[in-house]
Amino acid sequence: MNFHPFILPFAIGAIFLFAVITFKFVMWIRNLDRKQRYFVNKNFFSIKTISAIWEIVREALIHRNIYRRNPLLGYMHMSLAFGWFLLIVVGKIESSFYAGTMFEEPWLAIFFKYFAKEQHEYFGAAFFSFTMDLLLLIVLSGLSLAIFKRFRSKFLGLKKATKHNTFDRLALASLWWIFPLRLLAESSTAAISGNGDFLTGSVGNLLKALPVESMELPLWWAYSSVLCLFFVSLPFSRYMHIPTEIVLVFLRKWGATIGEQYSGLTDIQINSCSRCGICIDACQLNFAASINDVQSVYFVRDTRYGSLTDNVANNCLMCGRCVEACPVGIELTLIRQQLRNKAEIPGKHYFDYNKAEISKNKSDVVYFAGCMTHLTPTIIIAMKKIFEEAGVRYWFMDEEKGLCCGRPMRQQGYIQQSKDLISKNMRLIASSGAKLLVTSCPICYKSFTDEYILDIPVMHHSEYLKTLIDKKLIKLQKSSKRIVFHDPCDLGRGSGIYEQPRDILKQIGELNSCELEREESLCCGGSLSNAVIELETQIKIRDHALEVLTESKPEILATACPLCKKSFVHGNKAKVMDIAEIVAENIILQNKTKTVIEQSKYLTKNLKTKIN
Amino acid sequence: MNNKHVIIIGGGPAGIEAAYYLANNGIRITVFEKDEYPGGNVKNWAKLFPDFGDASVVRKQITEKLKHDNIKFLNNTKIENLAWENNNWIATSGSEKYIADVTLLATGFEVFDAKRKEELGYGIYDNVITSVDFEDMYKTGKILTKEGKIPERIAFLNCVGSRDEKVGNHYCSRVCCITAVKQAIEFKELVPDAHAYCFYMDMRMAGQFYEELYRKSQEKYGVNYIRGRISEAAVTIDNRIQIKAEDTLSALPMKMTVDILVLMVGIESSESTTKICTDNNIVGPYGFAKSKSLFGMDNFSEKPGLFLAGTCKRPLTLPETIADGRSAAVEIMNYLKS
Amino acid sequence: MKNWGFNISKPRVIDWDTRDTSEYAKIIEKVPSAQRCLMCGACAATCSASNHIDFNFRNCHLKYRRGQFEGLADELDKCMLCGKCKLVCPRGVNTRAIIYNMRIFLNDLNYKNIEQ
Repeated sequence: MNFHPFILPFAIGAIFLFAVITFKFVMWIRNLDRKQRYFVNKNFFSIKTISAIWEIVREALIHRNIYRRNPLLGYMHMSLAFGWFLLIVVGKIESSFYAGTMFEEPWLAIFFKYFAKEQHEYFGAAFFSFTMDLLLLIVLSGLSLAIFKRFRSKFLGLKKATKHNTFDRLALASLWWIFPLRLLAESSTAAISGNGDFLTGSVGNLLKALPVESMELPLWWAYSSVLCLFFVSLPFSRYMHIPTEIVLVFLRKWGATIGEQYSGLTDIQINSCSRCGICIDACQLNFAASINDVQSVYFVRDTRYGSLTDNVANNCLMCGRCVEACPVGIELTLIRQQLRNKAEIPGKHYFDYNKAEISKNKSDVVYFAGCMTHLTPTIIIAMKKIFEEAGVRYWFMDEEKGLCCGRPMRQQGYIQQSKDLISKNMRLIASSGAKLLVTSCPICYKSFTDEYILDIPVMHHSEYLKTLIDKKLIKLQKSSKRIVFHDPCDLGRGSGIYEQPRDILKQIGELNSCELEREESLCCGGSLSNAVIELETQIKIRDHALEVLTESKPEILATACPLCKKSFVHGNKAKVMDIAEIVAENIILQNKTKTVIEQSKYLTKNLKTKIN
Repeated sequence: MNNKHVIIIGGGPAGIEAAYYLANNGIRITVFEKDEYPGGNVKNWAKLFPDFGDASVVRKQITEKLKHDNIKFLNNTKIENLAWENNNWIATSGSEKYIADVTLLATGFEVFDAKRKEELGYGIYDNVITSVDFEDMYKTGKILTKEGKIPERIAFLNCVGSRDEKVGNHYCSRVCCITAVKQAIEFKELVPDAHAYCFYMDMRMAGQFYEELYRKSQEKYGVNYIRGRISEAAVTIDNRIQIKAEDTLSALPMKMTVDILVLMVGIESSESTTKICTDNNIVGPYGFAKSKSLFGMDNFSEKPGLFLAGTCKRPLTLPETIADGRSAAVEIMNYLKS
Repeated sequence: MKNWGFNISKPRVIDWDTRDTSEYAKIIEKVPSAQRCLMCGACAATCSASNHIDFNFRNCHLKYRRGQFEGLADELDKCMLCGKCKLVCPRGVNTRAIIYNMRIFLNDLNYKNIEQ
């Protein structure tokens, strides 16, 4: 039997690692919520499983996403992950060929060079020996990049490196030592026995100058020990992401998503975080307001180690930029929402004071402006004009006494209260008998689509205006105004509505693009979800966003959210208008009625001429 | 002294006052005014607080001073650029260049654009007007709604665009409180049966006869003062304005329908002030010009030969502005002598 | 004990000598802008909840400042956290964060998943 006591640390570490990971996985999978389990059961034996395997190869081994972002960073990950994976696989095949059986000692592949000292006689020996050396070289090149990155992270396209904890440092240090030690151990054996190839052989020749005989065993011991150290620290360090991500890919492909409450999938997702720090670079709190200790990576880390503070949980705009940027695809904003959840009081009901009146007349469309829109009355006036012009029978649900949609409550973790508001609003919506719900606020829109159970479709006004234009219910005139569109967080990243507002604006003026738009668009800073930052910080975020948006000096900065409008209007750089206002201003009146906005325009103009 | 040339940017009270005193001392003066007529913001007012003096008379007194042999008045001339070159100040307007030994910045203020406070409805609802619009209407001798009706109720809202961190102006504009009192009295004199309400956060009556005027408005004219800020305005079917505020002293929210809502717009640094001060690196908070020291060096900027007068530095009342123009003239003369 | 039909009435004055300000200090620590509130009432005026019911955020904030916590927890339950008040505040006070933190301190509605 090929045995030497130095394999013991490796064996103990490997068994420990296997036990801990198995335990964790079992616990997490047991804690999946009902919906997640349903998807797992439904899609377990389906094509989705195969596509998951393909994704694992693509992302976990080859790291295609990171490669696209930055080729050098991609190569670093690929050489380490894929290189090591191949080292294990090729090593296993090599040792099986050598032993002539599939069931050789499991450690043989790891310490192959030590045990296979005699001249190569098995099938393909020269090929394997060359390949293994080549793979080791590739891994070592990746490793040197990684070490370089630690000290100069900008070089690899990352502006900020993550701060690490003790387990991370332990795992990282042992990871750094594994391959250099493997090289030295194999080379020392090669120096003695001459079983090295181009890499181990050459290094072995260099080592001959030293007392190799007395170095060989200590080096193999050291190699085995750092492997042990890495394995023991792995489940408690960020490297837990390596095994967890594989499970996550399967679950995601099967259709499981983060729900309302903390579940096994939350654990799986937060353990899948490799703490690469890409989210720090994406976060406006970091680059516009110099707050750099609350980003998703720290949030996830603190959640995992149970040291989450309410500052970290709450100091987030929930803009979703980090979700877009995350190479692992962790649903960061939803997890943050889960962690904000407050304890519920069974049986208690809120907001019984509701005096909102149900609809008296039947209508085709329910219009819900939203709380914030009441502070930007031009949006409401514009929508009224458009409804009238298009000849739509509408009911303005929250004109007088509206209730909040419930999303602000939910984002702060008050699920029970949020549900009470939702049920009250649902009753009102149902009372109208309308076939469509239109809202002017992306926050409400997200709430209606995600949390309400409605039997009528919901549209944000930008979508609705697009359909009105497509159906030729309203006609627009073209102007030569240069417009830049700002994607509100909950409309763009939150709901995936990018094209409709742009299509409308293209019909009205000249739509300019800006550096960061669509998925990458910036938050205006006015987000309600952050219950920590103060006005001063919001202004910093807003001013930075305005700088990016008004780069091309547009005449109009268009947006589709009352909060964004309110934030930007005091930035004082360009004229800020909601898309509904722009449409209302450029409508070709076919009806006889001169609506409110026209009258007021006319009168203010008169007033102006009088003043001058 | 006679070969010295001073340019004064801004033909308002401060600029003209300084020009007059410098010209009397034999200095050649060029006054630039971006508008057609001199007089600055005084032309926006009908009567002046606290004594209800006729603004047009005061304005005439001021602008008469421009008729002086040593003063060259250039209207419709906006100075786009001011720079210190070869020991001279060079002011540029279009293709014209003006060379001077000393420049006096008297670029004044602009009123806050109330449209930026969208929730208050200016520019959206007909019967929401600003204090400047009120003065304009008062010049016609009548205060009427857009429909031509005599208002039964009028509300004044203080601190629009001042003391407001959302619009970025943290400071108090100093003149709006007393203007609201003045306008409420003027309104009540025109329409004695109507009701006037004044919404305030603090009534700042720090000026001679201000407090007396405030008292008189309550005692003689029955103006109502409500401590609470109007959060938003809406329009009713008959085009009246419905306002929402909290009556903070009784801790209850209140609603009120008025015929006219007057927004007491605050003072902001004018576009020219901010531009010229930024170019010459003497810009202070909120885009106003920064003087060397409040105590004794208030007409000096950090740049030698560049002097400051009037509301380009901070919100000031008209008497203060005139006095400041005169004090700038003294400093400039001393500077030219040395 | 025999009920005589009357009892000792609650103290009518806010006793500044015995008043406990440590509670409000906690709010200030979380929301520094709370200090600059000048009680103009714009928040209470715009409030979505006060359209329906007697609810006055400014007054709740003042009561908390003065250490009068009685009944405040139930009162704050009326708020929908919609954030309109934050938008109208002239002093840029993070009113929504004040309510949120007052609720946390008063209602003991602690987080489910965060160890406090």
